[in-house]
Amino acid sequence: MTEISLILGGGQAGAQGAASLRQEGFGGRILLVGEEPLPPYQRPPLSKAFLAGELAQERLLIKPEAFYRQHDIELLLGVAATSLDTAARELRLADGRPLPYDQLLLATGGRPRRLECPGADHPRVRYLRTAADVEQLRPDFRPGARLVVIGAGYIGLEVAAVAAKHGLRVTVLEAAPRVLARVAGAEISAFFDRIHNAAGVAIRCDTGVAAIEGGPGLALVRTSDGDLIEADLVLAGIGLLPNVELAAAAGIPCDNGILVDELGRTSVSGVFAAGDCTSHPNGIYGCRWRLESVHNAIEQAKTAAATMAGKSKPYNQVPWFWSDQYDIKLQTAGINRGYDQTVLRGDPATRSFAVFYLRGGRLLAVDAVNRPAEFIATRLAIPRNPQVDAERLRDDHLSPQTLLT
Amino acid sequence: MIKVTYIEFNGTERTVQVEEGMSLMEAAVTNLVPGIDGDCGGVCACATCHVHVDPAWIDKLPTMESLEDAMLNLAEGRDALSRLACQIKAAPALDGIVVRTPIGQH
Repeated sequence: MTEISLILGGGQAGAQGAASLRQEGFGGRILLVGEEPLPPYQRPPLSKAFLAGELAQERLLIKPEAFYRQHDIELLLGVAATSLDTAARELRLADGRPLPYDQLLLATGGRPRRLECPGADHPRVRYLRTAADVEQLRPDFRPGARLVVIGAGYIGLEVAAVAAKHGLRVTVLEAAPRVLARVAGAEISAFFDRIHNAAGVAIRCDTGVAAIEGGPGLALVRTSDGDLIEADLVLAGIGLLPNVELAAAAGIPCDNGILVDELGRTSVSGVFAAGDCTSHPNGIYGCRWRLESVHNAIEQAKTAAATMAGKSKPYNQVPWFWSDQYDIKLQTAGINRGYDQTVLRGDPATRSFAVFYLRGGRLLAVDAVNRPAEFIATRLAIPRNPQVDAERLRDDHLSPQTLLT
Repeated sequence: MIKVTYIEFNGTERTVQVEEGMSLMEAAVTNLVPGIDGDCGGVCACATCHVHVDPAWIDKLPTMESLEDAMLNLAEGRDALSRLACQIKAAPALDGIVVRTPIGQH
């Protein structure tokens, strides 16, 4: 009988898993089940060029549909999975169809964390995770409209940037004392705060949302300090929850993500996982975490596919991310978790600088603003766990390569 | 539309028609040319669309920006003909251009 590799999830990890299975020589059937109607597409442009209307939907696709035909990958789109029986090796779909498998790759991604305040279900409140979400935003995303963004993370700030350029009147509410507080150091926060202010975006930190009030035509956002802000559109970007429920219900251990090892294996035989939905070990940092990034989705899916094809390509890399806002390219290499020192290199006023994050004198990560050389040098240096000299890092006359080699 | 020829490291040649303004990375992905991944979607963030431009064409390309130049340092086997395909946009002056995909991206 033909061996069946089933992939649940039609995002970046799912698409990569399917492609890599073939690349690694898997000759059986490959079925990819996706809840969304579109073939796998790229999510990063959703809050950037796609929202800005600069990119047509077909240009979001990770691979053209012909790719799947050419590589004999069956796409089952627009259908969710409802349960998983790992003993019988069978996935059940929402339409009742049972799908037997020999190997299953869970690439279920995540979903936006929802607001929980009174009025959270107000029709003007939106989230941004899918292409359909963007299409839903469009009719209200027009010059002059009042947009309230809840949450000053990457999604919130990217949407704010596109909106400001498009002529919307934008207010960003952030419960923490500064923007990007969860992911970046104070220098980066201050910089993006300033950039957005200069573009006319009103950023209010230390400001939570108490309730969403008002009729269906206009939302009234009640802030934690008692203000009422009128909004034609409310976009909440307050984090991502990993889609682990199906796996957890099937008895696969999860803890902020489906637990996998460095080969993409869950603790249940025949079940693998990759992407935003996983908690995985990182040997370079000596810890376990869950990441939300394209790079992680792609590389982890390559690893899982290799394991499924009988090979061994452990996943152990320096994570990296990027964010585009206005004419600013932020590139992050590494994870700054646990840093005890930051080193600023260059002058933020020039819109070209880098912030290095250190712990005990060792380099953990860099946030590079229009500084690709620092980004690359850091990415290449981190696996060597280098002890760095803060004074030299700060000296902008020394080339980044010489600093970190 | 212009003609673009991709030559794989094993010598396989493919010539495709590319709409003006589309990048040579997108055109490769759309036309199933192996060896060009474009993981970041064409925003010059990943260096997985490294190509070696045919010597006859390298001088016809607009000079690269500092970002592309820096990102190319991540690419294996960089040489004087190296460019990132996502940063090369199809234009009439490039009709007939030939690029080679490196072995590392296969």
